[in-house]
Order: sequence, then C-alpha cells, then structure tokens
Amino acid sequence: MKNIAIPELSLVALIGISGSGKSTFARKNFRETEILSSDRCRAIVSDDENNQAATNDAFEVLHYIAAKRLKNGLLTVIDATNIQSGSRASLIRLAKEYHTIPVAIVLDVPEEVCVERNRNRADRNFGSHVIAQQRSQLRRSIKKLKEEGFRHIYILRSAEEIDNAAIAREKLYNDKKHIAGPFDIISDIHGCFLELTELLDKLGYTIQATIPTRTNFGFDVTPPEGRTAIFLGDLVDRGPDSPAVLRLVMSMVNAGVAYCVPGNHDMKLHKHLSGKSVVLKHGLEMTVEQLKNETPEFISDVKEFLNALVSHYVFDSGKLVVAHAGLREEMQGRGSGAVRSFAMYGETTGEIDEFGLPVRYNWASEYRGKAMVVYGHTPVPEPQWLNHTIDIDTGCVFGGKLTALCYPEEDIVSVAAKEVYYIPSRPIDFELEVSKLNLQQQHDDILDIKDVTGKRIISTRLRNTVTVNEENAIAALEVMSRFAVNPKWLIYLPPTMSPSETSLLEDYLEHPLESFDYFRRQGISKVVCEQKHMGSRAIVVIGKDAIAIRNRFGIKHEGIGICYTRTGRNFFNDAVLERHFLERLNDALSKSNFWEEFNTDWVCLDAELMPWSVKAQALLKDQYAAVGSSASAALADVVETLSHTTQRHVEGIDELLNKYRSKQGLIEQYIHAYQEYCWPVSSVNDLKLAPFHILATEGAVHVDKDHAWHMSTIQSICHADPDFLLATPYQIVDVNDELAIQSVIDSWLTLTQNGGEGIVIKPYDFISNGKKGLVQPAVKCRGKEYLRIIYGPEYTLPENMVRLKKRGVSAKRSLALREFALGIEALERFVKKEPLRKVHECVFGVLALESEDIDPRL
Amino acid sequence: MLLKITTTHQPASDLSFLLHKHPGKLQSVALSNGVAHIFYPEVSDEKCTAALLLDIDPVGLVRRAGNSGPDFALAHYVNDRPYVASSFLSTAIAKAFSTAMNGKCNNRPELVGIVMPFEVHIAVVPSPSGGAMLIRKLFEPLGYTVTLKQHTLDSKFEVWRDSKYFTLTLAGSMRLKELLTHLYVLIPVLDNEKHYWVSEHEVEKLLEKGEGWLKDHPEKEQITRRYLKGIGALTRSALGVLLEEDTPAKATDENIADEATMQRETLHYKRLREVMQELIRSGAHSVVDLGCGDGKLLKMLLKEKQFENILGVDVSYRELEKAMDRLDYHTLPPRQKERIKLTQGALTYRDDRLKGFDAAAIVEVIEHLDTDRLEAFERSVFEFAKPGVVVLTTPNQEYNKFFETMGKDTMRHTDHRFEWTRIEFETWANGVADRNFYRVTFKAIGEEDEQAGAPSQMAVFTKNNDKQ
Repeated sequence: MKNIAIPELSLVALIGISGSGKSTFARKNFRETEILSSDRCRAIVSDDENNQAATNDAFEVLHYIAAKRLKNGLLTVIDATNIQSGSRASLIRLAKEYHTIPVAIVLDVPEEVCVERNRNRADRNFGSHVIAQQRSQLRRSIKKLKEEGFRHIYILRSAEEIDNAAIAREKLYNDKKHIAGPFDIISDIHGCFLELTELLDKLGYTIQATIPTRTNFGFDVTPPEGRTAIFLGDLVDRGPDSPAVLRLVMSMVNAGVAYCVPGNHDMKLHKHLSGKSVVLKHGLEMTVEQLKNETPEFISDVKEFLNALVSHYVFDSGKLVVAHAGLREEMQGRGSGAVRSFAMYGETTGEIDEFGLPVRYNWASEYRGKAMVVYGHTPVPEPQWLNHTIDIDTGCVFGGKLTALCYPEEDIVSVAAKEVYYIPSRPIDFELEVSKLNLQQQHDDILDIKDVTGKRIISTRLRNTVTVNEENAIAALEVMSRFAVNPKWLIYLPPTMSPSETSLLEDYLEHPLESFDYFRRQGISKVVCEQKHMGSRAIVVIGKDAIAIRNRFGIKHEGIGICYTRTGRNFFNDAVLERHFLERLNDALSKSNFWEEFNTDWVCLDAELMPWSVKAQALLKDQYAAVGSSASAALADVVETLSHTTQRHVEGIDELLNKYRSKQGLIEQYIHAYQEYCWPVSSVNDLKLAPFHILATEGAVHVDKDHAWHMSTIQSICHADPDFLLATPYQIVDVNDELAIQSVIDSWLTLTQNGGEGIVIKPYDFISNGKKGLVQPAVKCRGKEYLRIIYGPEYTLPENMVRLKKRGVSAKRSLALREFALGIEALERFVKKEPLRKVHECVFGVLALESEDIDPRL
Repeated sequence: MLLKITTTHQPASDLSFLLHKHPGKLQSVALSNGVAHIFYPEVSDEKCTAALLLDIDPVGLVRRAGNSGPDFALAHYVNDRPYVASSFLSTAIAKAFSTAMNGKCNNRPELVGIVMPFEVHIAVVPSPSGGAMLIRKLFEPLGYTVTLKQHTLDSKFEVWRDSKYFTLTLAGSMRLKELLTHLYVLIPVLDNEKHYWVSEHEVEKLLEKGEGWLKDHPEKEQITRRYLKGIGALTRSALGVLLEEDTPAKATDENIADEATMQRETLHYKRLREVMQELIRSGAHSVVDLGCGDGKLLKMLLKEKQFENILGVDVSYRELEKAMDRLDYHTLPPRQKERIKLTQGALTYRDDRLKGFDAAAIVEVIEHLDTDRLEAFERSVFEFAKPGVVVLTTPNQEYNKFFETMGKDTMRHTDHRFEWTRIEFETWANGVADRNFYRVTFKAIGEEDEQAGAPSQMAVFTKNNDKQ
C-alpha cells in the first residue's frame, strides 16, 4: 500500500490524462465536498460536461469555489487533467494566495488502459490520438512539477498503485492547538542572558547548570508546575552573550519545556552559519565574534536548531498565535513563503524613514481575528493591547526591559535591562507620556463603518446569536452618527420593556395579574416588584474624576461622565446643568464610599431621571399639551353649543350632549395625567434621579447579583443625597402567594390612582432562565390613568377598549430579549477590555433593533 | 371639530333651505373616520345658526392608517386630529353640504345667488407657524372680518405659553356657496399635518373649489402649496419609526415669507456653483460628494464630462432616495450610470469606499456634527479617505445679523450644532491642514459685507505631495 501523506490544509492537484481514473480516485480518497471537478463545472455552466466551449467559464467557477474553500481553511482537490503547465500555474497561484500547500498527485496509467476506458464511455468518443497527445504532455509535466512549486509530489504509476494508495492527512508543524498552556512568552532576548535568567527566575523557573551533552547544552530547567516557556525569536545579536542564550533556549526546547519560533536575526545567523554571504552588521558581527570560541559541534547544533524552527505556532484550540513579528489572521496556521516572511519581518510600507529603516506598517491596527497574537520584533516602551494583539518586545538590549506575558492570565512580568547594550538606530522613547491614550484607545478614536453596516449576526453569551438586518442597520447608522454621543461612552443601551399581556378584566388594558401569570408560566417563583417612575430613561456613565475617564474610556476633555438616553443621545442640552448633575452624583457616590467598596473608579448606572418634562419638553408641548389644549377649547365650545341647542328640543341632542360632556371629563383626566410628570427645572435641585441597576464597574458586570442586591445597594447610595437621589420602593413577592399578590395589586391601584405610572416586575435574579429559555428581564404594568397619555384620552370608552385590547406582546417580548442580550454583551465586552468596535457592534445592534416596526404604545 | 354658520339674512331660516338640511332634526352623515352631525342651535327669522359637529374616531383613525400606511404622522397615536378643524372638516362640508357648495337649491333656486351676512365660528383651527397673521392673510382678502381667540397650551405651566390653536370667527357678506368653498380650501391650508386625502385628484378639486376667487387671492401660491402638501410623500420606512422621537430636521424659518426661501435657494445654488468651479479647477476626474443630500451637486457634477467617477454619500437613506429621484438614477443611460454611484455612509466612521478620490466636496455638512465628533470627521476624511482636494463650506455666523427673521442666538437650521465666525472656521481648517499635510485657502461665498463677510465660507484643502 502506498502511503500518500499530505498536509491537512492543502490544494491537491490531480494530474492525469483522460481516462486515468482521477474522478474514481478522488471519490475513493476524499469527501465529496472536497472535490472540484472541471467536468462538473462545465456541466454547471453549460448543462454538458464535455462542452469544451464552456471550458473558460467552467474554470472560472472552479477557481472561484476553490478560492472560497481555501479561504475558509478547507482542503481542496482539483479533479481536472492538469497536464498543461498553464493550468497548474493558476492552481499554484491560488494556493499561494491563501497560504496553503500545493500538492500534486499524478495518475500515470498506461495509455491502453485509458483508451479502453474512454471507449466504454459514450460521451468520450475522441480518438486515441488525443490520448497520445495528452500522454506526452503528462510525461513532460512530471519533470517540471517541483520547479513549478508543488511542495509534495506523488506519482502513481499503475492502476494497482492507484487502487492501493491511501491518503494520510498530516497536521502542519505550526498546529499545536491541542496544547493549551499555561505559557510564559518572552521575545527579543538579543543575547541578554542575565536578564533572561533573572526573568525566568522571577517567573518561577529553576535553572541548573549541567554538563553539556549533544541534547542538553548545559542547562536543566524546571518550570513551575505545568507551565511552558515560548521564545519569540531574536535570541541573538547586539547583546553581551548570545551563545549562552542559545544554549539555554536550546536546552529548554530539547527538554520539552519551551517552544521557540525564529526571528529575523536568528535566520540571518543561520544563513551566515550555512556559509551564505551575509553582511555582518546590526549586531550580527557581535554574535559571530562571541561564537568564535564555540566548538564546531555546537555551531552545527545551533545551525540545526535554527533550521528546524517553525515560523509560528497556533496553540490552545486556536486561541493563541505566537510569531516573532506577529501574523495576520488569514496567515495563521497556514504555510507558505509569505507566511514565514511575515512571521519574521512583519509588514512594511515599502518606504524608508529618516533613520534609514523600513517604515513598519502596523498590521495589528487592522487585526480582526479571534486568536490572541503575541509577538515582538518592534521595540516598544510598554506592552499594550491592540485588537487582541500585544507586542512584548520592550527593548531589553537597548536598555529597556525584558518582558514575559503569562498566558492565559495575561499578566505581564518584566525585569529591567542591566545596561544599554546597543544604541538603536531609531530612538525609543522609554518615558511614556502619561496623558497619552493607550494604543487601543487611540485606535478606537475612529470606528470603521464596515463593522456596523449590512446584515450582522452578533454572538452573545445570553442568547447565542442576534441578527441585525440591513435595513435596520441603515436606520441606526443615521441616528448613531447624527445624534448619538461619542461612541466611547456608549457601553450599554437598555432593552425595550414589554407590558404585561392584555388584561382579561373589562376595565383594564393592563393589570398586575397577567404579569404574575407570565412569570408563573415560565416557572419563576420569586419576583421583585419595583415602582415605575415616570421620567425618562437615563444611562449614566460616571468616573471618579476626569482622569479615570481618560484612562478607562479613552475620552479626553469631555468631563467626568455622561448621561445619555435610551437611543444614545446626550440627555442634557444644557452643558452647565449636565456638569452640575454629574458633580452632584459624583459627590453622592464618593460620600457613600462607592469607589472604595467597589474598588473601581467608574460606574455605569441604569436609571430614570425626573421630571419627564426635562427631556421630553418638546414632545410634551407639541403633542401632549397640544392635544389637551385643542381638545379642551373645542369641547368647551361643543358642549356650550349643544346645551344651547337643547332648548330647541331636537331629538338626539341630549344624548350627544352627554357624550361630549363625558369626552370633556376624559380630557381633563388626560391633562391631569401628563401634568403629574412635569415640573419646571431651573437647576439641578429640581432634578431627581432614581437608579435601579448598578450595571458595571471596573472588572465586573453586576448581572450576577439579584435585584434585591441592586435595590439595597442603590438605597445606601441614595442616603448620601436623598433630595437628589430617589430610592425606588420595591417588594419581593412569591408568585404563588395569593395574599402577597393581592397586596401588590392593592398598592398598584393606590399608586396609579394617585398619579403613579405603574410598576415593573422583574425575576428575582437579573438573568433568569425559565422553561423556554431566557425570561423577560422585566415586565411593566402601567396604571389606568397613565395609559391615557399613551392610548388617547378616550381609550377607556368601552367601544375603544374593546378594539385596543386586540394587541399582542410577543413581538415586543422577542425584541426585548434580543436587545437585553446585546446590551449585556456590550457591557461584558467593555469590562473585558475588548476593542471598542466589539462593544459598539452590540450597542449599534440595540439601536438597529429599535427601528423594527413594533407598536410604540406597548 | 365644530363649525357654526350663522346668518342674519331675513328671513334667517332661508339658511336651512340653502343647506338642504331640516332645521328640526339632528342629522348625521358617515365619514371615513367618523360621523358628522348637523343640527341647528338657533332658528328664527332674525337669526339662524347651523352647526356641523365632527365626531372623529381616534382609535379607528390609527387602526386604518396602520394598515395602509398613508401620509399621516400617525405613529403619534395621541393627537389633535379629533379636536381640530382639518381636512376632515373639508370632507365633512363636501359631504354634508354638497348641494349648497355646488350652488344648487332645488326648492328655492333664487336663494343661491343672494349675498347674505354670515358669521362663521370654528373651534378650533391650528395655525402652526404663521399664527394669527397667516389666518388673517388667508381670510381678510376674501372680505371677512377675522376675530381670533388664541388658547394657552397648559394653564398649569404658563412658561409653555400659547398654543397654536385658535377659535376663529369670520364675519362677512357673500353667497353661501362662496363661503363654503373658502372654508373647504382654506381650513386644510392652515393645518400643518399632512392631509389625509392628497391624491392627484386634489389638483382638480382645488381648481374647481377655488374657481372665481383663488386666482385673485394674494396668497394663492402659498395656498396652493400648502393645500397640495404631501403629494408624492415617501412611505414610512423603518427610519420613520425611529426618527419620530428624534424630530426630523426642520428649517426654523418655515414661517418666513417665500421671498426668504427663495433667497436661501439662490444662495445655495451660488454656493454649489462655486464648489463646482473649484472642483473643475482642481482637474479632478473622480469626486466624492460627502453629505450629498438630495443630489443637487451630483446632478451638476454629472453634467461635467471631466468627472468620470462620482460618488454621492449621505447618512440619510431618505435623502439618497430623493437624490436618486432627482438624477432619475434608475433610468440613466448605462454610460451615465457607470459614472455615478450613491451609497449610505457616515463621516464619523472611517470608510474604505471613500479612498482614492481626486477630490471631495463637503458642502454645508460639518455644522451638523457635534463639535466633539469633528475629530472623528477629520480623521475619516483627511487621514483615511485622503482625497487630493477637499472643497468644504459652512455658514458664516457673522452674517446671520442680516437675516431679519432669525432670532438672536439662533442658528440657520435647527439641526445646526454650531455656526462659526470666519476666524473660528479658519483656525479649525488651518489645524486640519497642518495635522494632515494639506494646504488650505479660503473663499467667501455670496455677497460680501465689509465687516461681517459673506453668508457662507469655503475652504479648499490641497494635499501636499512632498509629504506622505
């Protein structure tokens, strides 16, 4: 049996003349979806698999599909004759473009067999001269395959060999996905042996000198339990003792306690040691000098060690990628010259800077991959995260420090350089400007439009995926860019809230009974009933001071916080009022020791801000008061006219008069309803803030706490300034306790008859899963009078009520859950310090979903 | 919702013959969204009053609208429609008093031609922007004495001041037919909301009802425009739902006379011509119009052969649709269509599709951005898109004092977030140029005042090729 070993991710070109059995071979050895057949593509574009006129179209399709498969990291087999070098060249190009390995499998079957096979196929009645011609092309081809760029070439010379061949798929050398760490990753040692041993010691590695052997170069290293070191190359050059570094690293790699990938300096040394001409500069001259006294055996071992280094590694199920100079997403786990070159040199713009060095292109600024990329190569004053990548070359040899990144902890451990061993050609500013935003924050100053537009599918922890349709994204883009605050503030948008199902009681559209029913049906027994304040929803993000905001949010010159609406707009148009509001809240938080207790210097609060008229002034005046004004003026006139007419004893007028008198009464109730929620605001003293969720603080999203915790914690903050902060009355209720429910209903009636909006009923736990998955985070139950301003002054008339009761809440509830999942996701991503685009994607999603066409009265 | 027509013609009871409605009965006619009641509060030989009372069904109004999605701003489920005189009243007049409005009276044909003294009482009419002035301008030229009572918005909150609602009394002598056609046309004209009818037939109806008086009315243009408002309105999109609470941008000077509107239009075209000149002079072959709005500039660009590749970008999808209409985009000949594309984009996000253009036009856009978003705008345009030339205009705040209708401390448009003086603009633009390796020159647009400068200002940025 002939074993054909091919890399897991390769582009396999089957090469053979017509009738050589390619399709049979392919079907036997590969999955159906892995095979792209030129005959099949001819049929797809022309309904005839032998239609030679369709060849060009067919190959376009074939290449297009192959490109998609390779892009997605899938092995692809090309079932075509491939006997012309031109057709093979296009496959090589394709393989290179997607950094996959081109493999050639030649089916070299005797001509007679092919002629015989073709004779038996009605659709292949071309003459034997065609076969002969193909055969001679194949002969010529075989010799050229290696030169053309195929990295693995297998030639099967008989039908038996073909039948007996077995394909073995092999992992790429860089594939270490099955190894999860934990790791300690160190880059750019550059011969700084003392610092290296000091750093390893600090990390808990024990280093013992031993007598060198051919497999151990003088060191026995014991890592802390279970840990492995990874060296990111540039072991040598510029520093004082490159040979010692090599000895230590080689010992560790050989002993299986370390991995190492090559740096550009290492490869240059290898070139030199292999006798190739290399200019001895940039510190190589020092290494060469230092190696002079080493034995030829050691030199040979170094050469062998360097030669065996793999360009990069992918660890931990693909979650970690390491390479000397970093690696773009599409190159990770792949193999090509371009991958190797990128891994060692990174990307340059082609320009040369004033120090005569190539200008580096910061590939990380465009990185969108899921894998964390740890790299070095470019010295930086401090390692900084950018789009899930980190450069840990802190320029030890230039007098900086040697740094290790611990994975998965993401801890950074450094030791300072003992001296400046080498002067860099481009100066490094080791004194970081304190006021400067970090790399990620600078990058996040501007978002990319492609991260928000089009149909988007967003993964969330609470609900798998949430889909945002293109038309809704279009609507959200306009609102977000025209009206919303700086996206760096927008770490959360609240979900919409569904009302309880329509009441079965004749006189009510909403009643608490249905809310309790809902939770009971979901299998939730304990709920919290909170009074619903009638103001405007407000999200407050506030820092201990402006420095906290700059450091954590990357926002400069925009004060100590912000208060924004449920659509992401600034709550206040008046900058002075806003400042006073934030200062007052900040005082209360400080006074209640909030910052210390939560070990944070910022907080995001979900709240209601009163009065309604402060934000909704325009809506109130243009709509609510306008209706009241026009209706009372008109109705007064109508009632007077009708009263006057009654003297004429016309039949029907009395009834009409009664009807309009009742309309008049309803309008008065309506006006009274909205007036309850309005009062003039001349300063912050007229505002009232009722927070009801402490959403997030540094390192924590507080959705793991129950609502009783939120309510009581907020109560203690409110004590600090009871004139300004309103503690919300609440009750914890067992939904199976009839008495408790009756008491909630009684207080709901009292509350709403006295002008209160209503109550909100939430499951006791912030995130609750019921029988059918995620449960509504809150259900509102609004009072009869309040609903007048939503459904119209006359909604309580029986003929109106009957029609208005035909409403459904399921669309609203589905929306609420999707928005809830996205909102919490946004907070969690922010707290995990993910790039802003990841947070923004969720917040933008909430805004987009809000444009779905749902009855706004719900 | 209530219309009363009183006459002191002798005998006053002739009114009931003319109206063809029995004075001793309460009569009702069905309307599409409710009922109209007709009754007589007073009938004597000295004085006769007929009343038309509308009972609009607010719930039905919403429900029917929800299905067919007509032109109402009906996401407002609570509105003044049931209580004000609007196009519904016109429909009710046409339905209840059709014979009278057509000038017929079978029993007493001689009455039709008689000029009678009338008093008309309407509760209530909305007069959103022109206020009392507009009402007078509409009715006084027709020979009415106008008496108005304006209602407060809310008695509890006096700071909210007066509402836009009036109780209107008209007194005058004319034929009943004339009176009814005046009301039929002018009541909807006062109403700023979209009329529920607006169809192509309305043009005919207007001409028919306005026969004999409209063409001589000094406000005939305004009457026609407002009466026909909303024809061709776009259907409600998902955006409409969102924007409702966001109060779509409205020009503050809606109420100012047409002359001012014309002036503004003229200035805008002047500005566009200047921008065109700069773009032509730059030698650009590809141009992106950032914030293209409804496509006025795009249309001009398309006419110039020099521009082979034109891209119009706006954040508002509705504006883009208007631009497509203006360009007849879908029926452009293929070669023309190849030259121009429209796409939604926002200038506070970086956008690779905007890269590589020879020139960009940014006409009256930046003042619609909050000042703290200008940095993102600058980076998106000058750092990432990097057009060779940027022609950018914005209003000159110093010139505002010449706009008589503008209040102090107001801006030219409610959506303007700022309006800059020349110094402010130049300081910003110079900074942008320095930070991004551009050179910048400035230009005034419109007639220049010695002290205040011109109404609009322009900066032309040119990329330095020696750096970056």
